[in-house]
Amino acid sequence: MATTGRPKSPHLQVYKFRMHMFTSIMHRVMGMALVFGAVLLAWWLSAIATGADYFHTVSVYAASPFGRLVLFGLTFALMQHLAGGIRYLYTDTGKLLSLKANTNSATFTWVFSAIATLVIWTAAYSVMGVLL
Amino acid sequence: MAEFTLPANSRVGKGKTVKAEGATNTKAFHVYRWNPDDGENPRMDTFEVDMDTCGPMVLDALIKIKNEMDPTLTFRRSCREGVCGSCAMNIDGENTLACTKAIGDGKNVSITPLPSREVVKDLVPDLTDFYAQYASIKPWMQTQSVTPERERLQSREDREKLDGLYECILCACCSTSCPSYWWNGDKYLGPAILLQSYRWLIDSRDEATGERLDDLEDPFRLYRCHTIMNCANACPKGLNPAKAINEIKMMMVERRS
Repeated sequence: MATTGRPKSPHLQVYKFRMHMFTSIMHRVMGMALVFGAVLLAWWLSAIATGADYFHTVSVYAASPFGRLVLFGLTFALMQHLAGGIRYLYTDTGKLLSLKANTNSATFTWVFSAIATLVIWTAAYSVMGVLL
Repeated sequence: MAEFTLPANSRVGKGKTVKAEGATNTKAFHVYRWNPDDGENPRMDTFEVDMDTCGPMVLDALIKIKNEMDPTLTFRRSCREGVCGSCAMNIDGENTLACTKAIGDGKNVSITPLPSREVVKDLVPDLTDFYAQYASIKPWMQTQSVTPERERLQSREDREKLDGLYECILCACCSTSCPSYWWNGDKYLGPAILLQSYRWLIDSRDEATGERLDDLEDPFRLYRCHTIMNCANACPKGLNPAKAINEIKMMMVERRS
């Protein structure tokens, strides 16, 4: 761009974020969050392999308020990425490509991920109790 | 690569405000300005337009500004009825044609050039790459069979397959609305060119389908489409480039199996 001295016209700075565009970009963001989550999962698994004491230490971290917040966020990211992924499977087969169906399905992924996250956490608390 | 921010020479500053003398019913038009001759950064000028003496479309306001307030304002326009595609620009955050876009009910209207292009002046973007990409798909009928004595005939059903494709006026609203095209516009063909490509792929009279698909079989040219759907939402002619791109992807899969 600098080669001609001409400026580049504004893009992200001005473009209106509608549901379909927001959902698409968030699909990427959630995917990146899940990569971070995979590292945490690997840490947790290696803690199991290390021994009871270390596993207990990691479990205390995970059950702390901050740990729970991270896990809650990762649950949401997983559910949103799942719903978004299934939506993209549909579009790949030529469905959900009309403007209305596409926007509605984008909105639906958020409704699904919010409800699914709450259901999972409600179930987890009711089955496991408020551990630690 | 994805560049989320603008380079230093492209950051938009505050510009002048031109008031409409003696007008009571005014609307503020914030317009992107860049003059290649003064060495300054781009800026947003505000023009308060008298709505009692202005036509209904955004292009009417731009012409009024140029005629009455600032003759240096530069933009492309020609047919003023959504056929030529010259006045494509970003209006209130979405790409469309200024001539067919009604001035909204809001207090102000914000107008910038088509996104993520080099600016030639004010609202005029450089579309050289876009036209070069169009030429690269060979947008004409290719045949090997003997030239018939009269037209190459087509059934009604085959002709109907071109509906929703032939209407494209190459205004570039869709391509410059696409984040994939913002980040990879040099390698990815973008929605408009791919819709045009599909227009020839699906034409029953064209005999170069295989070669056309070969040319698109590339990590960037076709497959940078991530179904974001900004293209279909932007198209001022109501076409659906995302659907056309998806049809091409399905043709790719079908010929492999």
